[in-house]
Amino acid sequence: MAELTADMKNEPVSATKRGRGKKKIRPLSLLLRILVWGAAAITFFVLIFLVSYILIKGVPHLKLSLFEWKYTSENVSMLPSMINTLLITILALAVAIPFGVGTAIYLVEYAKKGNKFVGIVRITAETLSGIPSIVYGLFGMLFFVTYLKWDYSLLSGAATLSIMVLPLIMRTTEEALLAVPDSFREASYGLGAGKLRTVFKIVLPSAIPGILSGVILAVGRIVGETAALIYTAGTVAKIPKNIFSSTRTLSVHMYVLSGEGLNINESYATAVVLLIVVLVINWLSGLAAKKLTSSGLREE
Amino acid sequence: MKKRKEIIMKYISIASEFVMKYVFMVAAAASILAVFLICVFLFANGIPAMKEVGVFQFLFGTKWAPGNIPASYSIFPMILGSIYITGGAILFGVPIGLLTAIFMARFCPKKLYKVLKPAVELLAGIPSIIYGFFGLVVLVPLIRTVFERFDTNGKSILTASILLGIMILPTIINVSESSIRAVPNSYYEGALALGATHERAVFFTVVPAAKSGILAALVLGIGRAIGETMAVIMVAGNQPRMPDGIFKGIRTMTANIVLEMGYATDLHREVLIATGVVLFVFILLINLSFSALKKKLN
Repeated sequence: MAELTADMKNEPVSATKRGRGKKKIRPLSLLLRILVWGAAAITFFVLIFLVSYILIKGVPHLKLSLFEWKYTSENVSMLPSMINTLLITILALAVAIPFGVGTAIYLVEYAKKGNKFVGIVRITAETLSGIPSIVYGLFGMLFFVTYLKWDYSLLSGAATLSIMVLPLIMRTTEEALLAVPDSFREASYGLGAGKLRTVFKIVLPSAIPGILSGVILAVGRIVGETAALIYTAGTVAKIPKNIFSSTRTLSVHMYVLSGEGLNINESYATAVVLLIVVLVINWLSGLAAKKLTSSGLREE
Repeated sequence: MKKRKEIIMKYISIASEFVMKYVFMVAAAASILAVFLICVFLFANGIPAMKEVGVFQFLFGTKWAPGNIPASYSIFPMILGSIYITGGAILFGVPIGLLTAIFMARFCPKKLYKVLKPAVELLAGIPSIIYGFFGLVVLVPLIRTVFERFDTNGKSILTASILLGIMILPTIINVSESSIRAVPNSYYEGALALGATHERAVFFTVVPAAKSGILAALVLGIGRAIGETMAVIMVAGNQPRMPDGIFKGIRTMTANIVLEMGYATDLHREVLIATGVVLFVFILLINLSFSALKKKLN
């Protein structure tokens, strides 16, 4: 193992070191090497174990009755929750994307350096990204549910989540916009286009893959969210009549199931569906990010 | 006639340039508004309850018994619960995370990196409810059998610490890795030139040079751990009592809110919101020290 790593190290300097000839075995160095390899192995093993455990235990319990149109306490169908998750994701993104992208455009394209307003926006965005989901849940309950009287509803849940994912979309969009080379903008101005046209026709289209990867990450957070939704969207396992009906998303559904302790097999099955959704989302986001690098914008 | 139309078009475009600038500015103001509203609504609903119970009694009393007559609302057990479990998570997560980060930045063969990096990203993407469920069906029985003689039912500080330690791994790894990569290569080369081995060079020159970034990773990890809710609820036992050894259950502030908000009314409900306020203040302090560290880093 030891020779293997020495050969595969990618630092250019190590090549000269290797050329030094026979090496003494140094106990401390060996120990350190074992430590880092061990730690990486543990990290990797934990992930593999977790994913395969859930899949192996859960896949056999994926029955057709779990995907029936109506939820009853007998079939504990997760289909309504899946539809709710989709609806709440669309609603939350419909609010968060315009605000997030708009903020990023303002920060990158319009704001002047050293602007006080920009500083405050950045600080608040950073604060937002650090707030735990349960605090969002509390706020959503106090503001949307109680103060605005939206009750436990799809709308309250989506509104709460849109604030939660706002900093994520903002940051990724900002990075994507910054990655667009200035020469693009200069060329557009040079052809006589105004600022607005430059932003919408030149800068935004070239930043789309980066923005998309951020949006997909946001979808991942929304799908996996539980604590912020229990007291905003509620836990009714039905397909909503309108945006003021209480709903439960897939994650909340899973929490309720595993909390009851009666439907452990169905919990496994729900976990499988959730996990697969997350795997797909991660894969898509990586794909979008890769597209950004391959389009050559990052290299400039 | 044609000329007039052109002039009008020109004015429209100038006007829209002007208007859109402010539209973007308003969008940017949304996050400020959100933070403002969150602060106002949390504090306005939580502070009166704190006053009614008595701030000192609320924060440092040891008994949480909302069902008693008279009820006792003191969240010190939960504050300790959050701190214990966070501390435990740091104890498990930071050494492994940091070593993995060092591995990824300085030891990892390129081919392996292509597998390991997405793996870490996936670890970050898995929802906390799945971690919680995993903890419930794997870790809890494991702890129960391994530590049988300590009279534990498996739901304990230890279990929650291990689970949270896993959950903060991606945060620790990503932030530390990028700070280790940011250290100029001349440090490493200098150490090699003085005769250090690769391992010594990395551990004794590169890693110390990245220490403020690593500290930032630690702070961020603390923030993640203290705010975690769903996973903790499922494995920590949730008994609202003073800590009673690492093999016994405990309740965190986050768990307290979720567990009792469903049926709480009047003062009880307000006290739960006040628990959220305390948690929020913890998070603000952590964020503040994180941005201070980041500033130092730049």
